Amino acid sequence: MKPVLEVRDLMVTYPARRGAAPARAVDGVNLQVGQGEIVALVGESGCGKSTLARALVGLVKPTGGQVLSDGVPLGYSAAALKAYRRHTQLVLQDPGGALNPRQNVFDAVAEGPRLHGLTDRLGERVHTALAKAGLRPPEQFAGRFPHEMSGGQQQRVVIAGALALEPSVIVADEPVASLDASVRGEILKLILELRDSLGLSALVVSHDLGLAWNIADRVAVMYLGRIVETGTVEEVLLRPKHPYTRALLSVLPDSGEPPVLLTGEPPDPTSVPGGCRFHPRCPLRAAEQDSRCDGQDLPVLTGDPSASSLAACHLVQ
Amino acid sequence: MSALDTPAGLDVPRHHAFSRFCRAFAKRPAGLAGLGLLVAFGVLALAAPLFIGDDQLNVIKVDGPQLSPPVDGYPLGTDQAGRSVLLLVIWGARESLSIGLIATALTVVLGSTVGLLAGHYQGWIGKILMHVTDWFIALPSLPLAISLSAVLGQGAASITIAIAVTSWTATARLVRAQTLSVEARPFIERAKVLGAGNTQIMIRHVLPNVMPLILVSSTLTVASAILSEATLTFLGLGDPTSVTWGSMLQAAFLGGAVTAGAWWYLMPPGIAILIVVLGFTLVGRAVEHVLNPRMVGR
Amino acid sequence: MTATDQSHAPEERAAVPMLDVRDLRVNYRGGGRTVPAVRGVSFTLDRGQTLGVAGESGSGKSTMALSLLRLLPSSAQVTGQVLFEGEDLLTAKWARLRAVRWSAASVVFQGAMSALNPVRTIGEQICEPILLHDKVGQKTARARAAELLDSVGLPSRRLGSYPHEFSGGQRQRIMIAMALACRPDLIIADEPTTALDVMVQAQVLNLLGELVRESGIGVIMISHDLSVLSHMCERLAVMYAGQVAEIGPSKQLITEPRHPYTRALGRAFPTIGDPASRLAPAGLPGDPPTPSELAKLNESRGCAFEPRCPEATDACRTETVELWPSGPGREAACLRVLEGSGA
Ligand SMILES: Nc1ncnc2c1ncn2[C@@H]1O[C@H](COP(=O)(O)OP(=O)(O)OP(=O)(O)O)[C@@H](O)[C@H]1O
Ligand SMILES: Nc1ncnc2c1ncn2[C@@H]1O[C@H](COP(=O)(O)OP(=O)(O)O)[C@@H](O)[C@H]1O
Ligand code: SF4
Ligand code: SF4
Ligand SMILES: [Mg+2]
Ligand SMILES: [Mg+2]
Repeated sequence: MKPVLEVRDLMVTYPARRGAAPARAVDGVNLQVGQGEIVALVGESGCGKSTLARALVGLVKPTGGQVLSDGVPLGYSAAALKAYRRHTQLVLQDPGGALNPRQNVFDAVAEGPRLHGLTDRLGERVHTALAKAGLRPPEQFAGRFPHEMSGGQQQRVVIAGALALEPSVIVADEPVASLDASVRGEILKLILELRDSLGLSALVVSHDLGLAWNIADRVAVMYLGRIVETGTVEEVLLRPKHPYTRALLSVLPDSGEPPVLLTGEPPDPTSVPGGCRFHPRCPLRAAEQDSRCDGQDLPVLTGDPSASSLAACHLVQ
Repeated sequence: MSALDTPAGLDVPRHHAFSRFCRAFAKRPAGLAGLGLLVAFGVLALAAPLFIGDDQLNVIKVDGPQLSPPVDGYPLGTDQAGRSVLLLVIWGARESLSIGLIATALTVVLGSTVGLLAGHYQGWIGKILMHVTDWFIALPSLPLAISLSAVLGQGAASITIAIAVTSWTATARLVRAQTLSVEARPFIERAKVLGAGNTQIMIRHVLPNVMPLILVSSTLTVASAILSEATLTFLGLGDPTSVTWGSMLQAAFLGGAVTAGAWWYLMPPGIAILIVVLGFTLVGRAVEHVLNPRMVGR
Repeated sequence: MTATDQSHAPEERAAVPMLDVRDLRVNYRGGGRTVPAVRGVSFTLDRGQTLGVAGESGSGKSTMALSLLRLLPSSAQVTGQVLFEGEDLLTAKWARLRAVRWSAASVVFQGAMSALNPVRTIGEQICEPILLHDKVGQKTARARAAELLDSVGLPSRRLGSYPHEFSGGQRQRIMIAMALACRPDLIIADEPTTALDVMVQAQVLNLLGELVRESGIGVIMISHDLSVLSHMCERLAVMYAGQVAEIGPSKQLITEPRHPYTRALGRAFPTIGDPASRLAPAGLPGDPPTPSELAKLNESRGCAFEPRCPEATDACRTETVELWPSGPGREAACLRVLEGSGA
């Protein structure tokens, strides 16, 4: 599969705040999203998922490495970004906040096409996008304002706004985290349907491993700015290798295994530990006492999509 | 929902939003009272030329009793020249209101533009703009107005400019603060990803969300501009030949109305100023209530 | 203690349950309309028991829980009975209610992370109820606070820290420590782990579970995540549109739900490794009722879930639906249950 969206050795460092060191929010990541593929990026809060997602759509300029779209490195001039955004779109976590409260549904969805000068048959374009996002009949929704809709409907409007540009890739940052339990399934179904009917590729960011099981083909597990394990969903979620992935899976309510609770300080991107960055909290290291864990740096995972799973650990693989 | 019967037009919903605003405003008696006062003054001021002629205003042509208390034909008495105080107050509204409104328009345009730019471009552009604003805040308004009238000559123009120059900073700070909070909301990020540039973000997303605040603050600015106009004219910076509420007060003061106990000459312009300021304040507060998103939808 | 027990004659019971809630109803008034947030909820809870309350946002979970201790704003109108140790809290005097709130029952609020006072150290905040209620000296209170902090897995040297120096999960654990300060018999925890990471959530839940087992506290735990509740609680109540849709032992409700809504909610959080949910997210068409739809529901007949129910029949629109026994110790508010039991 040829990647439609790819990052190579991506680094994003936020400048130091008073008294603190710079935050290495994304610290060397290789990741590929193939044509028609859904990749899930999972990890704890603060591990750099959103930063990576923002870098993918050009909202954050990387401090190192590249974002490539169809094999072409992304340029950061205003014109290059605008052209890029014609086919890579972002869906945010909080649909209520992502919609301008003073814009109605029609204007919110028409915004992209208008900005890109796609204004002939605008009404038709908007209605098609609304219908694709499951807001049927579209006329019933076009005149509404965000506060007149439920969270699920708002998220559909945001998705319709992205679809109106007929993108080939969607980056979704926690698309269902703020939605109700019974509604989230409907939104996830929609993402799957769009992949099947339009061949859309997607990177879905989440802290929920169940979401990856629900919709993704491949999954990447992130810890403190790096991807520590990646591979097919079946391989990574059913036969996890990395101690961090194993711990994450073990604490799920119906994992059937004794939960491995990670202790120690929460990870902090302003002081990334040397050696394996997971070593201060790693249960496997505690058991094995291998000197490489805190002494020897790990290479960045290649993110090769043909490998069924890769893990960044001295002791496994 | 209203959406059922509207085609996906562009202006239809805006129209709805406006009519919703009007309906909500109509439910606030204080706001309606304020609006009534302003409309009454506005109509009188606009219609004044229809019933007030040169022969009633020209000091040489008038024939009434001099500095007379209210009598038949002169319900509010007369001034030293024998002109009807009532007619003077009505005529004075024309210039007082125009100066107030024009000064406000200048204030709002200048203040909002600077505030919006300073809030959107948080780099060096924003820094420079805020330094300029701080510098203007430090300027004392009275000496500024006096030096302006020395340069531009006495009259309405220098007063208007003096008011605008000294009051736009407050609007700029307010708009900047609101711009910063709007810019932090996720829909700005969404617009960027859809391909919006700086101008489009400011005009399509930030401005509509800052507008209610600008509206509210401008009604309050009009009130203070009218007060400033009266103050500056009273201090003798206005055109001595034109009739405004400030110049009436000045004339009354200089003409010895106070020592003569001519309350009918002093009170009406003062009360007119009070009523108009009150009207704008009431309307401003009502608009604020209606537009405050935390109150809407409750 | 089960829901069906209520139909038994009182003399068959040895003692009254710790908490007995009967036909609880809450209406919010304001803006010229009335929103019925809770529409007739009954259940009982004993010492050492854990009851989970599940449901989507707006289903009335928080309102129900907070009304038990009369913690709702004055716009809320509460009717029914809340018998705590046999005493009706809804009619109790304010002084008595305050005593109950301090010592017998405490609440861990939803979004508790912002409920801590940012300008006071957490030591001061944990000590406050102890000093006020137990009438002990500063030193003893301080020692209790240190002990409490220790029991929620935080080093006691951090008593002098301010709330902003803690992470979200740590603050949530501090809230639990505060709730435990006066050794209550009942803890009401409203979404104690929502907005926390899986790992932190597991830590907090683990902690709560241990405390319950060790000290025999009764717990009402609210969440929208059925899998979290089934793990933590013996019994489960699923709420929809202000009513209990199904109530019974957690394991049974998860493995063989009788109400279609319980079924849908259970499927929304997939089990990893379950082939049925692989590349097949399960949702429920439609949206939960809005406040104005809730108001209409109160006046109409039929099942509140009918507009979204995949198994609805004509009867569902016209018949009155109430909780019917659907197995040992369990009840469900669905006409299908009647058919199933051959009634
Ligand atoms: N603008 C910023 N300036 C400085 N540090 C930042 C900034 N944005 C994020 N960070 C830091 O970078 C790290 C990664 O943040 P990011 O938002 O990408 O995390 P995340 O994985 O998306 O977390 P969550 O699940 O909570 O959304 C965090 O430690 C965060 O505090
Ligand atoms: N203070 C309030 N005033 C009016 N209505 C309210 C108030 N709080 C909650 N509601 C309404 O009551 C219903 C139940 O709310 P809540 O108990 O918070 O649900 P949950 O905790 O299950 O999300 C909702 O329809 C909500 O809009
Ligand atoms: S390298 Fe060592 S510390 Fe790192 S994950 Fe593997 S075992 Fe744990
Ligand atoms: S009563 Fe009817 S509508 Fe209600 S849950 Fe049962 S089957 Fe569905
Ligand atoms: Mg994030
Ligand atoms: Mg709640």
